[in-house]
Amino acid sequence: MTTLEFSHVSKRYRVRGSGHMLALDDVSFTLESGQTLALVGQSGSGKSTIAKILTQLERATSGDILLDGKPIPRRGKALRRYRQQVRMVFQDPFASLNPYHTIRHHIERPLRLDHVVPEAEVETEVNRLLERVQLDPAGTIDRRPHELSGGQRQRVAIARALASRPSLLIADEPVSMLDVSIRLGVLNLLADLQRESQLGVLYITHDLATARHFSDEIMVLHHGEVVERGPADDVILRPQHPYTLALRNASPDPDRHFAGSAPSGGGPSTSARTPS
Amino acid sequence: MTIPTTMANATAQALKPAPRSRSFSARFGQSFAMFRNGKSITGLCILGFFVLVAVFGDLIAPYGPLEKDFTALRQAPSLAHLLGTTHMGEDVLSQLIYGTRGVLIVGFLAGIFATIIAVAIGVTAGYVSGFKSESLSALTNVFLVIPGLPLMIIVASQYDNPSLFLIAGVLALTGWAWGGRVLRAQTMSLRNRDFVQAARANGESLFRIITVEMLPNLTAIIASSFVGTVTAAVLGLTTLAFIGVIPITNLNWGTILFWAQQNGAFPDFWWWYVPAGVCIALLGVALSLINFGIDEYVNPRLRSAGERARALRKRGIKPGSSITAVRVSTEKTERLTE
Amino acid sequence: MTFFLRRAAFYAFTAWAAVTINFFLPRMLKGDPVSAYIQKNQGRISPEAADSLRTLFGLDTDRSVLEQYIDYWKLLFSGDLGRSFSKGLAPVTDVIAAALPWTVGLVGIATILSFVLGTSIGALIGWKRGSKADFIVPVSTFFSTVPYFWMGLIAIAVFSTLLGWFPASHAYGKGSRPEFSLDFIGQVIAHGFLPAATIVLASLGGWILGMRNMMVTVLDEDYVTVAQAKGLPTRRVLVNYAARNAMLPQLSSFALSLGFIVGGTIVMEMVFSYPGVGKLLLDATTAKDYPLMQGLFLVITLTVLVANILADVAYAVLDPRTRQLES
Repeated sequence: MTTLEFSHVSKRYRVRGSGHMLALDDVSFTLESGQTLALVGQSGSGKSTIAKILTQLERATSGDILLDGKPIPRRGKALRRYRQQVRMVFQDPFASLNPYHTIRHHIERPLRLDHVVPEAEVETEVNRLLERVQLDPAGTIDRRPHELSGGQRQRVAIARALASRPSLLIADEPVSMLDVSIRLGVLNLLADLQRESQLGVLYITHDLATARHFSDEIMVLHHGEVVERGPADDVILRPQHPYTLALRNASPDPDRHFAGSAPSGGGPSTSARTPS
Repeated sequence: MTIPTTMANATAQALKPAPRSRSFSARFGQSFAMFRNGKSITGLCILGFFVLVAVFGDLIAPYGPLEKDFTALRQAPSLAHLLGTTHMGEDVLSQLIYGTRGVLIVGFLAGIFATIIAVAIGVTAGYVSGFKSESLSALTNVFLVIPGLPLMIIVASQYDNPSLFLIAGVLALTGWAWGGRVLRAQTMSLRNRDFVQAARANGESLFRIITVEMLPNLTAIIASSFVGTVTAAVLGLTTLAFIGVIPITNLNWGTILFWAQQNGAFPDFWWWYVPAGVCIALLGVALSLINFGIDEYVNPRLRSAGERARALRKRGIKPGSSITAVRVSTEKTERLTE
Repeated sequence: MTFFLRRAAFYAFTAWAAVTINFFLPRMLKGDPVSAYIQKNQGRISPEAADSLRTLFGLDTDRSVLEQYIDYWKLLFSGDLGRSFSKGLAPVTDVIAAALPWTVGLVGIATILSFVLGTSIGALIGWKRGSKADFIVPVSTFFSTVPYFWMGLIAIAVFSTLLGWFPASHAYGKGSRPEFSLDFIGQVIAHGFLPAATIVLASLGGWILGMRNMMVTVLDEDYVTVAQAKGLPTRRVLVNYAARNAMLPQLSSFALSLGFIVGGTIVMEMVFSYPGVGKLLLDATTAKDYPLMQGLFLVITLTVLVANILADVAYAVLDPRTRQLES
């Protein structure tokens, strides 16, 4: 049982010429293994900043991040041990895999880096991980990212994230760059893996429908502040904050559309329909 | 709900299993992908010719480079002396062949030195940020702005008999900056790519991120900066030799031109001074061709531009005005229908 | 404003670096020829001149490096670069001042001409990509790799010795003295034509290729397509949309390659016996006139810096982004 506590975290960016930009303003939440928490908000709301701080690609300006009650180590082996516990799946599978290296390299590296399995078993472990994300190991292991489809690449990225056997997984809009037809497959895979390994998943998205379907809780972020948090159904069906309501109304609703209630609103609603 | 998953699974299965042996040869082939085009291959062939001449110079050259034949002074090309003789009766062709060695050794040495400096400074400047990056960039720009040749002349003239290493070192010191600048820019754009961020998030060390994750993606730029410095070094070396600041014991094409000018070869004894210049230009063209190939590999627009335009022209469309033409015609039809 | 401040800081830094390199060069290399020369000419060199030579070449070893460095700057600010050994102990500053205008005139005009011409041709063949004009690409590649000095030698052999169209050397006729007369100006043009034409021809290729590649890249941009789609005249799209944007990197590479061009043209002066700083540098090298060499390196570097500043100003005028920052 692992608990990650994000408490009173703020992040300020220095902007050239115009002083500062407050990306996160006193954000607090907890994430436990076995739980899926959806982080919802529009672009620029601070979602990705949270992901970057959790993976320590950036440091918070103020506040504490505690893993099982201990603050994140600053450097060295201790930081590596923290990173082994908290892994991330990036948004764009076309950019998150190194075009020069084979799939084997991508999955092998975390195995070797964190000494997950003995050296002799690395090969079998890579195959096992590829099978786990429903890829054919023989057909993918020696290929390079550009030889795979977007969905396959994102599966590789997920396998890479799972390689170090983390207890928490951050998925930063994991399907927004994929074709609509294969999104559900990747999300189902994530959900299965979460159940099997009792992972704690922070699912970052701006798609309310999938957030409701795949998570236990939803947290709504607006201009760097958490405006609402609660069980998924409650937040969607009975939004308390006007911003959540606005978000909900902006997302596609098949019933409303087929009823033909708002044909004139077709323009903006189509643009919001494909959550990207 | 599980249908999409099985579909993705099916496509994954449909991929042909890649044989293991592919890995090494594929990686090897990929490293040289930037040379796999007509221009680079032509350039490499010419360069290869010069390398062969340099390596087997002793076997090819009909005479020794300084072998004097006082019965044949300033002779025009003949069967005995294919490119004629100098004022001392030395065979120009043999001097040219032996001179290739000096040019290539110094050129490649300088290229290697300069590339090492450029990669070390350029990639570091691109990866670090803020003050450190700015100061390394300023250093690069200083070396770009300071004129190299006067510096080389002054340094070389301080030594009575500078070694090949010293000459190559000075050429490298004045020639690394351009490559360093390009590498910095490229590294900066790589640094923020997700795959580098992913490696950081995995806890990879800085050294490994730079050498394993970033450098392979910079090979084309590094190769092109290497070829560029070799070109500049060849020009620099021959110029220094022509001026006479490099001792004549270091035989290269510039030395031949130095002797030719000192001994009144211009303009009558063309066989003495034309071949050396043509060789310098030919080697330069070969290196430039290699670099054009790399440029087109890095920036595919350069390659496709000519081909696309030619294809359009074949179909009777004038490139450049094609879009306008289509627009005008639709406008006309619209007006007609109105 | 930040743009100009940053550039100003960079130039100040580069100028400082050049002076400092000039300070350390003779200290790292051997200074004894200079002290030997001073010894030998004890009677002819005034004590003050000998002192400044000692400061320039690091012979005042009784003082700390920092003191030497301060003395060195003081000398520079008073315009004292020492005495030239090979020019009858004339002040180096005077010797260089007599040669500099010739170089700035010849190299400056030829380089600007070559840049303007090469950029225009490059823009045109980039615009007509895939047409017959592409044959210029390999031709200009060849010319850009030919050494300047060799091309100069060939030019002399053909146009001067063989055809007799132009004088082969010097900046003006042997008998005449510099004066402001039509005859003299005519002589300068006649003498300068061949070296200038050679510099233009030798450096043209690089500009053509650079501009062509930039044009081809820019022409794929959406704003060019939109401009064409709007039905703007071809000329206007070519000049105002494509070439104007392709110009910017071309101009910054112009600024940065000035140092390289100057190197090539220095040798041209030797080939044409043109009385500029390049020939002076080579003469000083042969005569082992170290003070003159040091002074020339400094002056050449500073001149290239000034040319860089001018190129920067041109860049700022063309690039709307820098103008925006300025306001």
